[in-house]
Amino acid sequence: MTASRRYVRPLDLKTGRVDMNHGAGGRAGAQLIDELFARALDNSFLRQGDDGARLPALPAGHRLVVATDGHVISPLFFPGGDIGSLAVHGTVNDVAMMGATPLYLTAAFILEEGFALAELKRIVESMARAAREAGVAVVAGDTKVVEQGKGDGVFIATTGVGALPEGRSIGGARARPGDAVLLSGSIGEHGVAVLSKRESLEFETAIESDSAALHGLVAALLAAVPEGAVRVLRDPTRGGLATTLNEIAAQSGVGVVLQEASIPVRPQVEAACELLGLDPLYVANEGKLVAVVGPAAADQVLAAMRGHPLGRDAARIGEVIADDHHFVQMATRFGGRRMVDWLSGEQLPRIC
Amino acid sequence: MKYVDEFRDGELARGLAARIAAEVQPGRRYHFMEFCGGHTHAISRYGVAELLPAAVRMIHGPGCPVCVLPVGRIDQAIALALEHGVTLATYGDVMRVPASARGIDGKPPAAGAPALSLLRAKARGADVRMVYSAADALELARRRPQQQVVFLAIGFETTTPPTALVIRQAAAEGIANFSVLCNHVLTPSAITHILESAEVRQYGTVPIDGFVGPAHVSIVIGSGPYEHFAEEYRKPVVIAGFEPLDVMQAVLMLVRQVNDGRAEVENEFSRAVTRDGNLAAQQVVAEVFELRPSFEWRGLGEVPYSALQIRPAYAGFDAERRFGLEYRSVPDHKACECGAILRGVKRPSDCKLFGTVCTPESPMGSCMVSSEGACAAHYSYGRFRDGEAGDAGGRAERKAGVGAGCQRPFE
Repeated sequence: MTASRRYVRPLDLKTGRVDMNHGAGGRAGAQLIDELFARALDNSFLRQGDDGARLPALPAGHRLVVATDGHVISPLFFPGGDIGSLAVHGTVNDVAMMGATPLYLTAAFILEEGFALAELKRIVESMARAAREAGVAVVAGDTKVVEQGKGDGVFIATTGVGALPEGRSIGGARARPGDAVLLSGSIGEHGVAVLSKRESLEFETAIESDSAALHGLVAALLAAVPEGAVRVLRDPTRGGLATTLNEIAAQSGVGVVLQEASIPVRPQVEAACELLGLDPLYVANEGKLVAVVGPAAADQVLAAMRGHPLGRDAARIGEVIADDHHFVQMATRFGGRRMVDWLSGEQLPRIC
Repeated sequence: MKYVDEFRDGELARGLAARIAAEVQPGRRYHFMEFCGGHTHAISRYGVAELLPAAVRMIHGPGCPVCVLPVGRIDQAIALALEHGVTLATYGDVMRVPASARGIDGKPPAAGAPALSLLRAKARGADVRMVYSAADALELARRRPQQQVVFLAIGFETTTPPTALVIRQAAAEGIANFSVLCNHVLTPSAITHILESAEVRQYGTVPIDGFVGPAHVSIVIGSGPYEHFAEEYRKPVVIAGFEPLDVMQAVLMLVRQVNDGRAEVENEFSRAVTRDGNLAAQQVVAEVFELRPSFEWRGLGEVPYSALQIRPAYAGFDAERRFGLEYRSVPDHKACECGAILRGVKRPSDCKLFGTVCTPESPMGSCMVSSEGACAAHYSYGRFRDGEAGDAGGRAERKAGVGAGCQRPFE
């Protein structure tokens, strides 16, 4: 009796761990790709099996948009998502904020020796699910392994490409005095959800990350108004709403005045921030967008956002003004005014 | 948010603002110092100053624990982490306080080398951890019994009891790898120091008509210790909570005291502060700590009996003793006005460094580090008003010598 020469012991996805062999370019690496990545992310481009993917031409009258993103989140799993789904949403959103339709993603995984294959499987499957739901294919990828202690479980770098209709110009430098500032929903949920799972900080909260792909919402709001009415789209991720608005103010050479009372913040987020000494304006979001819109189109865009499931709580939160200092200021609910400055350093908790 | 929103109600704020405006006497100016950084933060974050009439000026006091920490103390902590290889745990704000420049591998620093901070020491390989509580620092020591863990303890009477408790706990558990670098300071001594300063007593360059008294500090020490200021120095004190309506109410109470010629200790924060304070907390503090004969404050200099040190009974947990640390005083940057700002003599925008080389991203002085610091608060929340029309009045007033040198609020 002869054993089948073609038999290969399948990857131990229950108790196995990433080891240096998986990154050595030999059989172990090929097996990891076949049995985990290729299986989960399967599509015709990946199946080409070459060093790169041959993609079809863009639809006529479209330009190519590309965005890239590194993901190093800790912890890797958090309420409402994980690094896999986040990698997809983050990059899809960057492409979408250009006013482009996201088409394809690539993903590079930096794995740390000793990382549990079961967790990697969860992450890759979550990534595949998020990509499927977003209607984008992961068409190329890479894995590398670093020695224990030189990574934090897994880092993912993603690149996304999309198709931008000729003549559409949406960008951070296009805000003008008089424009309305719209926000697609309540802020701070992603940051608070992640913080709630940080070691040494763990607290109970019902808040889940808002991580979501926003290109559907973008398509809906762009369809509601004539081309050109939407000047800026941006997702307020790291650094939160405050940072995004400061970026827009600086790029466009304008100021912004916010109405604190109209910025939606869920009570649970507000309470967590109060406790930790954080300001929700600076806490990260992964499923929200800021739209700067010509004054005449503001109501229509707002209505279109509210008609989409990811924009139900959309609100008009402020106005673009002329200001040589490019300051973002806010009328407080209390009745005063303050500046909403760039975040300095990490948002560290105050101590008393 | 229940029990919080009530104290941030804009409607009530407008009502209080109208009452204050109605009660200030024409031609009279009111200068109140809010001692605490917590109040400074509330005033700037909620835009309280804008609701006050022009006759009321708020002066930011030295009650920001990070701001009064002198360079020499941070240097000690950095030396512990870099030279003694300890794990240094501390509160978040402390991480960015600028300290002395330092060479690499024992060499002297290059000319013009940037100031080090705990954050930058961390980037050089020091094991520096941010903790939310003293108990977390003790937990670090429990988890790694082979590693020396030092808790860099800072703060006024609010943060002192938790430090005392962990020292007592470490002693009870016999934890040999835990110690505390104690920098706890005392509110009443700092207030006395300001009231005794030449600017207030002799020259009158810092007019102070009353104090908004600390919130959390007073929960611990009670309202009793302030009676001395009211009696001896004839200054009204109103203890107030950290919510913006608390501050507004306290200002109204201070205006009334000034109008009536009274100098009393009043308690606006009666929902938390009693006359005697938290006796259990005071007792544990007294058990673990004793008065330090002298302590250097940034901005105030050496202030006698203004800080605490660990009692000999707990000497084993005193990082200064365990590692034989010596204190070396280091002067601030020559152009840095933190000292004058902390004493209420100058305001942030009077400093040449403000907003130019000194920003929250790269603070030169400690007032720019914590959001409770006068400079950082003004930079982050208030500087957009510096060029506004209303500001011209303030400048003209200072030139004319009315309230000269008075640090202005975030108008």
